[in-house]
Amino acid sequence: MQSTSHDFIARAQKGLVDEDLQDALGRFRTGFSVKRSEAVARLPEFEALRDKAVEIKNHTLEHLDFYLERFASKVEESGGVVHWCVTPEDARQTVLDICRAHDAKTVTKSKSMIGEEIALNPFLESNDIEPIETDLGEYIVQLAGEYPSHIIAPAVHKTKDQVADLFYERHKDQGGGKRLEEVDELVDQARAMLRHRFIDADVGITGANFLVAETGTTAIVTNEGNGDLTQILPRVHIVLATLEKAVPTLDDMSTILRVLARSATGQEFSTYTTLSTGPKRPGDLDGPEAFHVILLDNGRSRMLGSEFREVLRCIKCGACMNHCPVYGSIGGHAYGWVYPGPVGAVLTPNLVGLEEAHHLPNASTFCGRCEDVCPMRIPLPGLMRRWREQEFDAGLQAPRYRLGLALWAWLVRHPTSYRLSSAVLIRALRLLGARRGRIARLPFARGWTMGRDMPAPEGGSFHAKWRRRSRA
Amino acid sequence: MSEKHERGTLRVGLFVTCLVDLFRPSVGFAAAKLLEGAGCIVEAPRAQTCCGQPAHNSGDSRNSRAIARQVIETFAKFDAVVVPSGSCAGMIKQHYPSLFTDDPAWGPRAEALATKTFELLSFLTDELGVEAVAAEFDGSVTYHDSCAGLRELGVQAQPRRLLASIPGLELKELPGANICCGFGGTFCIKYPEISTRMVSDKVADIADTGATTLLAGDLGCLLNIAGRLTREGRGIETRHVAEVLAGMADGPAIGETTGPARRAR
Amino acid sequence: MSGNTTENEANGSGNGRERVLGALRSSLGREELPAAVRAELTARLSSPKSNLIPARGDGSPADQVALFTEMAEAVQASVVRVPDDADVPNAVTLYLAQNNLPSDMVMAPDAELNRYPWATRPMLNMRRGHAVDTDQVSVTGADMAFAETGTLMLTSDATRPSTLNFLPENHIVVLRAEQITGAYEEGWRRLRANGEDGAFMPRTVNLITGPSRTGDIEQRLQLGAHGPRRLHIIIVEQ
Repeated sequence: MQSTSHDFIARAQKGLVDEDLQDALGRFRTGFSVKRSEAVARLPEFEALRDKAVEIKNHTLEHLDFYLERFASKVEESGGVVHWCVTPEDARQTVLDICRAHDAKTVTKSKSMIGEEIALNPFLESNDIEPIETDLGEYIVQLAGEYPSHIIAPAVHKTKDQVADLFYERHKDQGGGKRLEEVDELVDQARAMLRHRFIDADVGITGANFLVAETGTTAIVTNEGNGDLTQILPRVHIVLATLEKAVPTLDDMSTILRVLARSATGQEFSTYTTLSTGPKRPGDLDGPEAFHVILLDNGRSRMLGSEFREVLRCIKCGACMNHCPVYGSIGGHAYGWVYPGPVGAVLTPNLVGLEEAHHLPNASTFCGRCEDVCPMRIPLPGLMRRWREQEFDAGLQAPRYRLGLALWAWLVRHPTSYRLSSAVLIRALRLLGARRGRIARLPFARGWTMGRDMPAPEGGSFHAKWRRRSRA
Repeated sequence: MSEKHERGTLRVGLFVTCLVDLFRPSVGFAAAKLLEGAGCIVEAPRAQTCCGQPAHNSGDSRNSRAIARQVIETFAKFDAVVVPSGSCAGMIKQHYPSLFTDDPAWGPRAEALATKTFELLSFLTDELGVEAVAAEFDGSVTYHDSCAGLRELGVQAQPRRLLASIPGLELKELPGANICCGFGGTFCIKYPEISTRMVSDKVADIADTGATTLLAGDLGCLLNIAGRLTREGRGIETRHVAEVLAGMADGPAIGETTGPARRAR
Repeated sequence: MSGNTTENEANGSGNGRERVLGALRSSLGREELPAAVRAELTARLSSPKSNLIPARGDGSPADQVALFTEMAEAVQASVVRVPDDADVPNAVTLYLAQNNLPSDMVMAPDAELNRYPWATRPMLNMRRGHAVDTDQVSVTGADMAFAETGTLMLTSDATRPSTLNFLPENHIVVLRAEQITGAYEEGWRRLRANGEDGAFMPRTVNLITGPSRTGDIEQRLQLGAHGPRRLHIIIVEQ
């Protein structure tokens, strides 16, 4: 997917004044976070499970080559095919080859962020294959010609009325009828519209939450059941997964599953957790005839050897963005690429480059709420700071900013000069703000005063007064 | 720590913070009063300027380390270093050691300083066992939890315990007290619209409590929130919690020129 | 762009695989793991141990049945308990009547379901096989159920097609009380024990916790997104 992350500031500004978006975000901000904390309160072992989950993923990453090899051989033993792809182009082409080999015209898809990463849909369309998003949120954004704004709730930025308008417009020529009002009517209509697409699809593509090395099993976690209809009805099931999804055993997967749904939506367990091992077996009455797993690198192996390794523990639960006050103010589209929010701020520069995505790790107050709720204890603010260090070392920040920083740092390191300059600054601000105790407009701090007053200093520095007190 | 030192012998270095020094020295004096009232000998070494957070958060590791070394040297001699700010205390306690992980000379020194550095309120309650303060305050307050103090240092119950010991003070809990106010150091300058939105949301929550005074333990948050409160003309006063605890809340609130407004309950 | 099987083979067995593994090893700062380490890791995969299991699902069988019922109902499954096998066909009939459903259903060819005296309810019209688009009601058994979260485990084989779990709007599961245990780990243990030559996984394992749902529109919970709108669980206590 083409990144527009460089345009973050304009997109964020746009999001802040988008009334429909703000309406949607208002609901979003309290919804998920409350549910998560209630779910955590119901499970006394939650913190211990979190620790164990971190241990499992760290161990897996340290031995990732071994576990992927084992996973692949088990897939092959059960009659599946594994494709090792380095780049998005490799992965896209492999999907196309499989589709062509099976004369596929339509492909149903359940939610896969990797599909977004490799821009699969436009590629299939340009090769006369129709991809059909089946996750309701993905279906909505596909109809709207947009991309997801959240990794587990793709259409969280839309209000019910916007969805109603969209369905009315886009379902008209499929016998959609009048504009619907209620949520249940809208969901029922989507169900009806997509039903025959599931049945008629030639190929089904899912992502994978886990790649279980013990058994060569891929696992997905959904609530709608679309991931299941996608994989058992068509002739071919393709799984798209990046390397770091591996876990050693079914038991290890269970541990991580226990923190996944609770962190994501506050559910005890997702409605459907489905484990797939190979194509249908002899005698099976349904199921796919062919099973393909595409293992995609796309920068993961590089990240494994970098200072950003810890973000590979991510299980794509979305808790970080659910709790981020910045995401909650501007929405996911401002981030301009596949992964928004705090995890997006760390991943995106890794995958599209720092120059393109530099705003993302900078647009954070480091409040730490994300790290607090991350089930895999990824030190997200610390990793964002690493990006800032790289930016600084590469001289990518605005010259005026660097100069200001350098000047400030020099003063801080020279206390006598600092005392003199701060006395001047205090006096100046005091004068400007003497009348009301605050300053409404400060030319060199317009960013501050555009939205709030600058309180005036009390007058006199602490150290000057302290020295006088000590002498008295 | 508290069992090792008799009252009256604990030598505390007050790390006053650059914002207190520049904007509101009375916070530093309130901190000193609270510490002296609990039996400490308080010094505020003149060589201190800043903890270095702006450099650290801008990715300037060279200057962060240089500033950190300066702070380590200045404060090495004290029994404890106390800071009326969660973010500056967090910088020293959590981040200084990580600046010198591979440095055999400065690593241990950073660790040593980190071990004896404390945010003010948690120092009073957790280290010195202070359970009540001898202050009076008549009015309703609400309390905002500064992010670093809360998440890096676990400061949450302590200020509330001390506030609860003040007769006449009514504490109204702030919904979303643990949500960031949008200051974030350079963030509020680099992304002002987002910052303004975050502080506006915070101000709406504060106003909804019906409290007449907003308190917090970090001057960065306080300047930010006070600036928005006055811009919106909300009539809510803003003070550092140390001022109230030290009984020094009679002067002008942050961003005001006159003394406390009539306290309505 | 070459889009043919040669490319696939390259990705599968040669080029792609070696490049990815090589890049991983380079990042990990080593070559392939030494044989001793590989042997140890392989041994662990052959005899997996469970990690921390929450205490919630512990308790007597009666506790587990009660907890399973509570958790399943909390996610909008309907649960009834019947004293013995003979009551099952009636429980199905009752459910259909209460929900104004026709008496046509598709049932898994699963031999486990043959123990129930379906003939006592001749108006129930059941087809044994996999589900098709027009089926409104399916009836299946289950392998096991986990009290911890009210979760059913269903596996696929020649007599247990997975489409029964997803296509019809109404999914009825006949579960025996003794199949209810505490935690998912018991399910893996069972699968491993029943397998042959270390190949014990069926094509599909479905862990099902309540009926299908979505919150994708304004986070308002709506049942029946694509999978079943209703999940009805009949627990047989005999």
